[in-house]
Amino acid sequence: MRETPCHVSRDEALIFERSHPGRAAYSLPPLDVPTVPLETWIEARFLRPDPVAGLPEVSEVDVIRHFTRLSRWNYAVDVGMYPLGSCTMKYNPKMNDQAARLEGFALHHPLTPEELSQGSLDVLKMLEELLCEITGMVAGCLQPAAGAHGELTGLLLIRACLEARGDPRRKVLIPDSAHGTNPASAAICGYSVQTIPSNERGLIDLDALRRAADRDLAALMLTNPNTLGLFEEEIEEITRIVHEAGGLVYMDGANMNALVGIARPGDMGVDVIHLNVHKTFSTPHGGGGPGAGPVLVTAELEPFLPVPRIVRRADGRLALDYDRPYSIGRVRAFYGNFGVLVRGLSYILTMGPEGLREVAETAVLNANYLAHHLKDTYEIAYPGPVMHEVVFSDKRQRAYGVRNVDIAKRLIDYGFHPPTMSFPLIVPGALMVEPTETECREELDLFIAAMKAIDRECRENPELVRTAPHRTRLGRLDEVAAARHPVLRWRPQASPSRAEAPPDGAPSERIGSSES
Amino acid sequence: MRYIPNSPEERAEMLREIGYSTIEQLFRPIPERFRLKGPLRLPPARSEVEVLAFFRELAARNAAATEYALFLGAGAYHHFIPSVVDALISRAEFATVYTPYQPEIAQGTLQALFEYQTLICQLTGMEVANASLYDGSTALAEAVLMAERVTRRREILLARSVHPEYRQVIATYTRAFDVTLRLLEYDPETGGIDLRAVTPSAKTAALIVQSPNFFGVIEDIAALAERAHEVGALLIVAITEPISLGLLRPPGELGADIVVGEGQSFGLPLSFGGPYLGIFATRERFVRQMPGRIIGQAFDQQGRRGFVMTLATREQYIRREKATSNICTSQELCAIMAAIYLSTMGPRGLREVAEQNAQKAAYLAREIARQSGFRLRFSGSHFNEFVIQSEWPVALVLDRLRERKILGGLPLEPYYPELRECLLVCVTEMIPRSMMETYLQVLDEL
Repeated sequence: MRETPCHVSRDEALIFERSHPGRAAYSLPPLDVPTVPLETWIEARFLRPDPVAGLPEVSEVDVIRHFTRLSRWNYAVDVGMYPLGSCTMKYNPKMNDQAARLEGFALHHPLTPEELSQGSLDVLKMLEELLCEITGMVAGCLQPAAGAHGELTGLLLIRACLEARGDPRRKVLIPDSAHGTNPASAAICGYSVQTIPSNERGLIDLDALRRAADRDLAALMLTNPNTLGLFEEEIEEITRIVHEAGGLVYMDGANMNALVGIARPGDMGVDVIHLNVHKTFSTPHGGGGPGAGPVLVTAELEPFLPVPRIVRRADGRLALDYDRPYSIGRVRAFYGNFGVLVRGLSYILTMGPEGLREVAETAVLNANYLAHHLKDTYEIAYPGPVMHEVVFSDKRQRAYGVRNVDIAKRLIDYGFHPPTMSFPLIVPGALMVEPTETECREELDLFIAAMKAIDRECRENPELVRTAPHRTRLGRLDEVAAARHPVLRWRPQASPSRAEAPPDGAPSERIGSSES
Repeated sequence: MRYIPNSPEERAEMLREIGYSTIEQLFRPIPERFRLKGPLRLPPARSEVEVLAFFRELAARNAAATEYALFLGAGAYHHFIPSVVDALISRAEFATVYTPYQPEIAQGTLQALFEYQTLICQLTGMEVANASLYDGSTALAEAVLMAERVTRRREILLARSVHPEYRQVIATYTRAFDVTLRLLEYDPETGGIDLRAVTPSAKTAALIVQSPNFFGVIEDIAALAERAHEVGALLIVAITEPISLGLLRPPGELGADIVVGEGQSFGLPLSFGGPYLGIFATRERFVRQMPGRIIGQAFDQQGRRGFVMTLATREQYIRREKATSNICTSQELCAIMAAIYLSTMGPRGLREVAEQNAQKAAYLAREIARQSGFRLRFSGSHFNEFVIQSEWPVALVLDRLRERKILGGLPLEPYYPELRECLLVCVTEMIPRSMMETYLQVLDEL
């Protein structure tokens, strides 16, 4: 018999460890066709002799209890404030889930003939048009499954466009405050990456940009507002410099929650933008997806968009158009994360134009409210009016031997999800806080109080902060040892044992990193 | 607005408290000329009742599996989804969480994903799996990029019997690279890859096959692995119908180096093509070249077991342009759905559902082949899909079937011009025999 050192729901084993031969959770109707020996349909040498070894044998009750218990170990935005900067952890409206689960959508096969798919095609067409209006662009593609997938698509579009101009170029400029996916996406598209420094205000250094904007410049990848929460005030000059050098401007729309209904990237000279439907447009992030990263473009880039395009025929019917000779091709099978896109459309239709503007206004107000109340307690490396997020640092608290990761872990004890810490790289010890419009004043005030209380603890009892969290099921996990001796799957004999400590001086993985 | 808790009065108070008199002042950093003077031209806000009614009306314009019998597969399959899957992933504690960067408050997601990785290893016979990629097609494209990193070679041998849309995605992903894609023909008799056409060289990074392939034909993975390994190339096996793994020998046992797949069959609805689940598994020695999130076991100071995202030095948020992939958000909730599905089915359930698919497909294929004017196009081994060739125009056949509320299959000519009047037909456990009899009756009446 297994001992229960604490409540069983706090000590849930792996599903494999709960397996008991003979238990089952499935039911199937009896096979209703005459059977033949399988070997007459499938050559015997291709057949497995036995069922898959190791799959758990559990009852339906076991499955429900197991995964329900696991779920209770997660912190969720439905539980409380989740101020992960650049991740836009806003409320995920429940009616959007209901829309996506309608059987006419959920049980709709992607290869159903067009004339029998008009409802789903209409969802896609309408969403593409509304996102064009929101961003000020002229056409789009909904295939990308996430933000980074949108970046890849957008850069391939730029590449195709420059090749069509007869002027392929090799260099992509990326500000030093950018998210890590930007340089990674550029590399996959075959570009070399040049980093553009930020100036003392945390904005793009225009002189550096001018120097870098040479004949080899393919694109600038710009996040605006940037990851410091600052709007690139010189946006007009930035896009002018890039365009005059013959390059194109890619905008990472991860921070679009600051701009919806307020201003449109297309009006500012942006050539390609991706949006994160799972950020700005409220779809649940699911613990790391599914998301959706639609890409919107100017007229010049439209011919290169992935196939199929959704077009309206003369008779008003929607159709899938593959006849696009300049297209970069597909970036994904079928048409994208349709279920996520339904949710995003549902959100836009619910909010309307005034509602979306109210979202940006409230998100920006909430971020400024936090900045105002915490600026005397935590250093703000680049002060100034912020947009949707504010980046604090641990500069003052470090005097007591406390780092941003410790503050973050201590916030968990106060009932909050920690802020983002892995970037922007230009702020050492960053604590990037994005409250979104979802947080009410009481929740913001509680967060402010918690941050101030932690600051006091840093001075009075830093050890308490350094060893946090104290109220979670597990303490800090040894990520260095986990990476040195990776155990990436369960095996039957391996009973849990303490991982070997890494040798002294071993290169360490980043601990407690976070990002959007 | 019901999603914004603070009332306009509360917002005005907060604004005053921080020293502003109007909300517009907060947006001063945006140049005046770029600030919108009027509302966006979007439909006006609508109530929950109205929006849901709108979507119901749209949904009703689709021919979905509620009303039609689907004999359509080709990378998306209508399988039974146990009720527990949706009930569990509807829990906000799974659905409304971010990527698990803070393991102390994300053990639910992390442990479920560790279980998912284990299940994928068990099914595929591979040593390590990641925590998901976007879908089968992008997982295959990532496998091509990984093979290039591992072998430092630039030639890819790609079977023409791989899903045509997957091949298109590979072509897009490799646009920026100096990669040569060589297509390998299928054997016109068996429908399997023509082994004589498989001639890898010392320049070949990888040989890519799908099994069961796009025609539903099971490939001889062991023989293909031998061919690839003779010249030091990798064998990449794509699986679009992973229910087949309940019945077929796993590619890992047969010599595959990378196994990718579409996991939609494991508890995910058809949903017009997404969200789906990119499966990615490989050999332990390649783990540091693998793209995507990986969950590993870890311990806290008291020696209690937990799970963390690990091997992050492969990833974009640490390595930036030197990362193995640009992927950040993937499909973790879909991976948890697959873990719940596979836990529910267990070894016997998965075997039984796979057998039902094979038996039902075998029955329909046999009976169609008995009809005059129809034959089974390929002689190889099949799982739950097969190609029939018709003496009648397939458009006519499909129209007649549609009148009886049957979506009878996928015409192959648009993808393979040589396969005129051929239909790719799929039969899952969701097709009752009565619908098959209707199908046969329609063919009989032509």
